[in-house]
Amino acid sequence: MSAGPEFSGLAADTVTTRPSGGRVVRRESSMLKDETTPADAAVLSHLGAPRLAAGRVRLRHEVVTAWGFLAPTLLLLGLLAAYPLAYAVYLSLTSAQVGVAGRFIGAENFIRLAHTQIFTLTLWNTVWYTVLAVGIKLVLGLALAVVLAQPVPGMRWIRGAVLIPWVAPVSLSVLAWTWMFDSTYSVFNWSLSELGLIGSPIAWLGIPSLARFAVVLVNVWCGLPFFAINFLAGLMTIPRELHEAATVDGAGAVGRFRAITLPLLRPVLATVLLFSVVMTSSDFATVFVLTHGGPINTTQVLATLAFKLGLATGDLGQAAAISLYLFPVLVLATIVQVRLMRRTWQW
Amino acid sequence: MVRSDRRRAALTYLLAAPFVLFALFPFVWMLITSLKQNRELYSLTQNPFLVRQGITWDHYRFLLERTDFPLWLRNSTIVAVVATLVSVIFALLAAYALARLRFAGAEGVATFVFIVYLVPTTLLFIPLARIVALLQLSNTLWALIVTYPAFIVPFATWMLMAYMANIPRSLEESAMVDGCTRLRALWHIVLPVARPGIITAALFAFTLAWGEFIYALTFISTSSVKTVTVGVVVDLIRGDVFYWGSLMGGALLASLPVVLLFSLFLDHYIAGLTAGAVKG
Repeated sequence: MSAGPEFSGLAADTVTTRPSGGRVVRRESSMLKDETTPADAAVLSHLGAPRLAAGRVRLRHEVVTAWGFLAPTLLLLGLLAAYPLAYAVYLSLTSAQVGVAGRFIGAENFIRLAHTQIFTLTLWNTVWYTVLAVGIKLVLGLALAVVLAQPVPGMRWIRGAVLIPWVAPVSLSVLAWTWMFDSTYSVFNWSLSELGLIGSPIAWLGIPSLARFAVVLVNVWCGLPFFAINFLAGLMTIPRELHEAATVDGAGAVGRFRAITLPLLRPVLATVLLFSVVMTSSDFATVFVLTHGGPINTTQVLATLAFKLGLATGDLGQAAAISLYLFPVLVLATIVQVRLMRRTWQW
Repeated sequence: MVRSDRRRAALTYLLAAPFVLFALFPFVWMLITSLKQNRELYSLTQNPFLVRQGITWDHYRFLLERTDFPLWLRNSTIVAVVATLVSVIFALLAAYALARLRFAGAEGVATFVFIVYLVPTTLLFIPLARIVALLQLSNTLWALIVTYPAFIVPFATWMLMAYMANIPRSLEESAMVDGCTRLRALWHIVLPVARPGIITAALFAFTLAWGEFIYALTFISTSSVKTVTVGVVVDLIRGDVFYWGSLMGGALLASLPVVLLFSLFLDHYIAGLTAGAVKG
């Protein structure tokens, strides 16, 4: 344990002298807890004093190294994430067009949008799309996770198979769905009519209610693996003894699921749900490839409408405003997630 | 006991079957479609599940010889490989600093990285298109090589932080007492131990870069510069004429690299997904 003395020297020093206060103290002391045995600590307190000067130099050195290592990432994220986000906000407050800077018009874009029929329709589509898709992914994801948790031979292969939709590029697999929903050659139509369930072919992507069903179904297909695998990981952390004890006490499978599994799975559920709400409400590829927002905008979502306006008509201010309607969702999800994150990641 | 085990296994398979079918069917459909001759493909009377008139490679030949598909594959490979390398190096340095160095502001930076990781690309593509144009990168692969790391680095950093936090500090400290510099300690001590994490991060970086759609769709307009995800979807569909055989062949071929990686590194992917790689 040659590293020990150095550490406790540092800790003892920094607790009192470093200006950043509580946070650092907590960190140093938790480090001590992790890495030094009580016996070590006793030895260390003797060695502390003479090491102080060297410790300070090392510490300053460490700060410089840290910022040096962080510089590329901070530069990248500042330039290509934070700045564009701020720029989107700025654009949304102007009348900018492609190639034209535009002038400041305040919240006019947002207000005008709220009064356009196509936008309100799109907003509601997005809400329903998100609620339905996330809801179904949640229920099916839980069911699938319970199946995947069973220790049977070949489970590795089953897990691998159900994960493939997550791995494949979304735009390309959605293209396959487009073909499967084809108005003339749909494999579903053929199968349903062979089974005698339908008389004439169904225009899956041509009828609003069916097209809406189709985009939700395809989104569920893409996102289900993420839900299932995370729930599975959550299930694995629940001690078997709990289930066994409950069984002894006479609890049935459903009772155990409600009394043990669900409550213990709650942190995972919360994280996955929030992630998925952000990702689903901002989804682009599914709708863009499957329906292009049609028929007559009945499957249009915020991202596809923003793309359409921004690129087809070149109205950047409007387009930026449309995508920024996603912002409240993002802010809410971020606040909750950061809280959850702080709880698991101790500084 | 054995009997109840067997019954349980049978029940599990039975319950898993619809999920497996649901997950794999689109890929099976890509394969069947891509191998069928056109007159069978567009026949309403025949069973679409069967290939009766013999397999044809025409759709693949068309794809590889008469379209830009090979170029798109090349472009996707270049972009995904470079973006992955850059992202993993950036994320490695950042994760090391955040998880292992003591400095005021670590928590703030980590929170910032985490927030960026939640920002969806659909919120950024409009302003980014302007920035890309300003940097004169529109319609070049550089536009993608530069912008992809911005959504890969945040999650890669988080993933690597979790791995790095688990490496005993004493290992590295003892190396440094022996006169190693930080960078050398990182290289010789931390890297080997964090290798599974780095592989996982690289796999996810590659998968996300390979599948990216909206940036590639927005920043690039010339067919020969497109990536495969956009090329197949946008350029192979011309008006109302669909080449479904080649479209499905292209979708299948272009999915193959990532699916192959996935099957080789299944455990890494599962570990990464549970570390919260976004896309769902």
